[in-house]
Amino acid sequence: MSKIYQAIQKRILVLDGAMGTMLQRYDFSEEDFRGERFKDYPTSLKGNNDLLSLTQPKAIAEIHRKYFEAGADIVETNTFSGTSIAMADYNMEDLVYELNYESAKIAKQVADEFTNLNPDQPRFVAGSIGPTNKTASLSPDVNKPEYRAITFEELRVAYKQQTEALIDGGVDVLLVETIFDTLNAKAALFAIDELKEERNIEIPIMVSGTITDASGRTLSGQTVEAFLASISHIPLLSVGFNCALGAEQLKPYMQRLSYETESFTSAHPNAGLPNAFGEYEQTPKEMQLLIEDYLKEGLINIIGGCCGTNPEHIKAIAEVAKNYEPRKIVIPA
Amino acid sequence: MLKNQNKYLTLSGLEPLVVTPESNFINVGERTNVTGSRKFLRLIKEEKFDEALEVARHQVEGGAQIIDVNMDEGMLDGVEAMTTFLNLIASEPDISRVPIMIDSSKWEIIEAGLQVVQGKCVVNSISLKEGEAEFIRQAKLVKRYGAAVIVMAFDEKGQADTYQRRIDICKRSYDILVNQVNFKPQDIIFDPNIFPVATGMDEHRKNALDFFNATKWIRENLPYANVSGGVSNVSFSFRGNDIVREAMHSAFLFHAIQNGMNLGIVNPAMLEIYDEIPKDLLDCVEDVLFDKRDDATERLLEFAETVKGQKKQEDSVIQEWRNGTIQERITHALVKGIDAFIVEDVEEARQSVLRPIEVIEGHLMIGMNVVGDLFGSGKMFLPQVVKSARVMKKAVAYLQPYIEAEKGGKVEFAGKILMATVKGDVHDIGKNIVSVVLGCNNYEIIDLGVMVPPEKIIEAAKKEQVDVIGLSGLITPSLDEMVYVSKEMERQDFNIPLMIGGATTSRAHSAVKIAPNYNHTVIHVNDASRAVAVVSNLLNKDNKVYKEQIREEYDAFREQFLNRSKKKIYISIEAARKNKYKIDWNTTEIVKPKQLGIQTINDFDISKLETYIDWSPFFRSWDLHGKYPNVLKDKVVGEQATELFKDAQILLKRIFDEKLLQAKAVFGLFPANSINDDIEVKVSSVISSLSTSPKTSSVENKDEEKMFKFLTLRQQLKKREGSPNFALADFIAPKESGVKDYIGCFCVSTGFGTQELAQQFEEAHDDYNSIMIKALADRLAEAFAEYLHEHVRKDVWTYDSTEDFSNEELIKESYKGIRPAPGYPACPDHLEKNTIWDLLNVEKEIGVKLTESLAMWPAASVSGYYFANKEAKYFGLGKITEDQLIDYSKRRNINIDEARKWLSPNLTE
Repeated sequence: MSKIYQAIQKRILVLDGAMGTMLQRYDFSEEDFRGERFKDYPTSLKGNNDLLSLTQPKAIAEIHRKYFEAGADIVETNTFSGTSIAMADYNMEDLVYELNYESAKIAKQVADEFTNLNPDQPRFVAGSIGPTNKTASLSPDVNKPEYRAITFEELRVAYKQQTEALIDGGVDVLLVETIFDTLNAKAALFAIDELKEERNIEIPIMVSGTITDASGRTLSGQTVEAFLASISHIPLLSVGFNCALGAEQLKPYMQRLSYETESFTSAHPNAGLPNAFGEYEQTPKEMQLLIEDYLKEGLINIIGGCCGTNPEHIKAIAEVAKNYEPRKIVIPA
Repeated sequence: MLKNQNKYLTLSGLEPLVVTPESNFINVGERTNVTGSRKFLRLIKEEKFDEALEVARHQVEGGAQIIDVNMDEGMLDGVEAMTTFLNLIASEPDISRVPIMIDSSKWEIIEAGLQVVQGKCVVNSISLKEGEAEFIRQAKLVKRYGAAVIVMAFDEKGQADTYQRRIDICKRSYDILVNQVNFKPQDIIFDPNIFPVATGMDEHRKNALDFFNATKWIRENLPYANVSGGVSNVSFSFRGNDIVREAMHSAFLFHAIQNGMNLGIVNPAMLEIYDEIPKDLLDCVEDVLFDKRDDATERLLEFAETVKGQKKQEDSVIQEWRNGTIQERITHALVKGIDAFIVEDVEEARQSVLRPIEVIEGHLMIGMNVVGDLFGSGKMFLPQVVKSARVMKKAVAYLQPYIEAEKGGKVEFAGKILMATVKGDVHDIGKNIVSVVLGCNNYEIIDLGVMVPPEKIIEAAKKEQVDVIGLSGLITPSLDEMVYVSKEMERQDFNIPLMIGGATTSRAHSAVKIAPNYNHTVIHVNDASRAVAVVSNLLNKDNKVYKEQIREEYDAFREQFLNRSKKKIYISIEAARKNKYKIDWNTTEIVKPKQLGIQTINDFDISKLETYIDWSPFFRSWDLHGKYPNVLKDKVVGEQATELFKDAQILLKRIFDEKLLQAKAVFGLFPANSINDDIEVKVSSVISSLSTSPKTSSVENKDEEKMFKFLTLRQQLKKREGSPNFALADFIAPKESGVKDYIGCFCVSTGFGTQELAQQFEEAHDDYNSIMIKALADRLAEAFAEYLHEHVRKDVWTYDSTEDFSNEELIKESYKGIRPAPGYPACPDHLEKNTIWDLLNVEKEIGVKLTESLAMWPAASVSGYYFANKEAKYFGLGKITEDQLIDYSKRRNINIDEARKWLSPNLTE
């Protein structure tokens, strides 16, 4: 059994904050994204954040380090778009394995540094598995509702490839996150389950959906409870929500989720809602207060941040997290 | 705080559905099921998806908490239909809010459904039918896809039909699922088989009771598992009588729920309120459900009659029908299933005829035909037909000693019929009825039972030397099994009729999917009562006409069906070439023509062609439809056809006697090899000197060797696995094989003189004969082509010198090798005629010209190729796509627009 199971019973675990927000601080140019290796690559590569694990590995390691320093127990690999489906935008499908493998190694190496410094607080790496940029249960063409831009099978194959590389690179947990279409997530879970059987391994899985707006539903239309019913066939370390909403807006859904699930729960909300310019203005202190509310109600086992959060936010969250007991699961007899 | 739940079945659409003990019975909408709703089937077939979605919406609005979607129909692409419909549902939030039940007997369709639904569905169903390994494989996948599952009480031996079998199989399934697959027990839903009751068969009497008891047992002994079932099955034998059916559904459901059934497929419109069922009806129904008395079925049947408003004063009615003629009495007894007077009536009938067999063939058969009609039109129920058959049996049994005495103690059957429910299928009610009915009609039945593998059917048919094979099946995969059996029958040179029946079978499926595989009669019998008439027609000595009618009817039906088939998918020419028809050139027989080179026939005795004429197209050209010679006796057009035929004979005699038309031909046989889709033809004149015929003339000088190239076109329609994309070039050995092969081509004409004659007739205002001469010239040209082909096969190429076919067989093209003509389906490219003309020097040799649009002149001419390989066959090119057009224009060395012009009828949109 992974050490993370021991840790999660004892305390609230802290997940890191945004990767993208941090990368913006570096203000990398097209040349920086390309590095030496992709100098002559025919496609424009600026914006392909996952590629930075190959071309700017030090920056990636530095970001992980900052989150661990801020008090995170778990950092996410820089692989949010690391599927052949998302990488097709950059004609980089062939690099998928390498991107994921290297990203996992970078994060794992930093995590080990921190664990070695303080073995009482082991640090973990979660392999980030994003939703891809296509939806399996929604048609992109309003005139052709029966059409799908991606199939379950294509997703399964892509997710499997990503997962294999993440595991080979040494991640401790897999995090299927920012799920706006449950069918995509089911394909990811299918691939992971297949891989577990083929390799005869156990690896904890975290699932995190996204409630897109005040309707309280995922983009593909499911309620919290329906979403939960749809992904509960695979044993999960945790289930939770991230992105789209700030901690304040997300709270009612976390309450419902916490009430329904036998798994541990996670939340990594955005730093509030973006302003008119797409900027997140919520301060670490403001976010800390909102998160403390979650903790008081015992809704949470894993807490972190998504868009707009940085190490200062995580530090503020970690400060309150250590003061509260984790959510207790009543395992039915 | 965590709600302490979660040993409850939890499903989801856009919203969750939790099945708790407090939940009322969960009802599953059944209208979006092509096997249960004709309307829905029609909507799906016609791709009226908007209306099909309305059906789904209507159900959800009407309170269905889950909707069952089933696309199991032989003529549908189930995977595509399931995928499309579920994708559409996903776009309708007011429908997709409820969970989906993916219903299919084909795993691939279930899996296709699982791949497009985001919510937690129910798979309907899996079972131990194919053994544990397959059960576990499917269960693991269901789990991995995140669905709950209906498990049918079904194992390797068949469907559970007793209480003990039901609970044994459910227990075994449960243990495997929970202990080996780690399936959540609350995600298991058992379907312990709701079977019809009151069918008239003793073995069905406990069907309902066993279900109730099994349900109770499951709920008490298999923790957290659920129970479901298709309720309408129970009243199957009362189709058409809604009052009784509704009462049965409602009473059944009432007791099933009491015993623990918590889900079910129910049509709410077909459900009477339990408390409102009239007491007397309810008593009858419950007597049947609980098998309370021996005459429960009889009593319910009787009651059923009364609620149909046919209540009669029994005594007076008896008096009345006993006053009828002997035939009326026998018919009445059969229809009503009354055996009280049958022996005395049959005895009376026996004394009125010369031979006792005439009572069976006459009186009894007439009566059974009435039964057949009533059943066919839904006016009789299955158990009633069984009763009729029993009366019939009693009558036959009484007559048997008389028949035997007459024949010296030997029973002679009217025919031997093999009956089988095909592999993978266990449903045999229909098959048994057919067997009973046929058995009663003096046919010997070889009943192989259920789940019969094809080898066993073939073997038994051979061993028993049966006259007809009857296949039955109820579930959709059975259709494929039937297709397989038909192929085996063809492969093993059977010639006996194949009879198809069972609920999912249809005339369309038989015509489109089965008949093409088997060169002899395939007939769909849509209900048991028709079987006698069909079999007796099939086994009649004079059955040829009947068989041909069926064949034609099915051919026509198929054509019609295929023509309206939609959405064709095409593959690239490259992929099509990879999927060419492959002849094994190492083993195939190639005969070198005895005589290579070109030969000309300039003055042929046209009267020799008379026996080669295929008359059916002649009648068609006059809009008289039907096959010759049947068309002469046709009810509608027979008289006119006979008249026309007489006139044709008169003119034909004139043609022959006065030599009004001249027949000419030129043909040649040459070494050839294919290069991709081209056929390279080597024309040299060296060998023609072997010819002894004075009419043979050789071309060019002896030293010259010229190359010609025939360009063939390749099918690009996406074929199902295992069927090739044909081009004529596939029938000629490829150059790289190193095998020497040959091809021929020809042109015949009987048109010389037609124009003049037609003109003469026209001038004499005899339009009738003006048309007639042209029609006859056309027929003679075809006959000449047939004649010449035979001559070439036997005397020139000599690959089939032993053949001796009748004209009918020639018309059916029973011989080896083909003679496709440019402009016809296998090779629609008219430009090929130019090549033939150049190669054979047609115009110079026999004077047939090509017009600008490449029509032959005179019109009564036929030109084409000869392919000798025994695997060569006719096919239709169908449509081709742009890539082949471009490729073709390069090969033909013409620009693309010109190529497009010539091939336009065969180009895709």
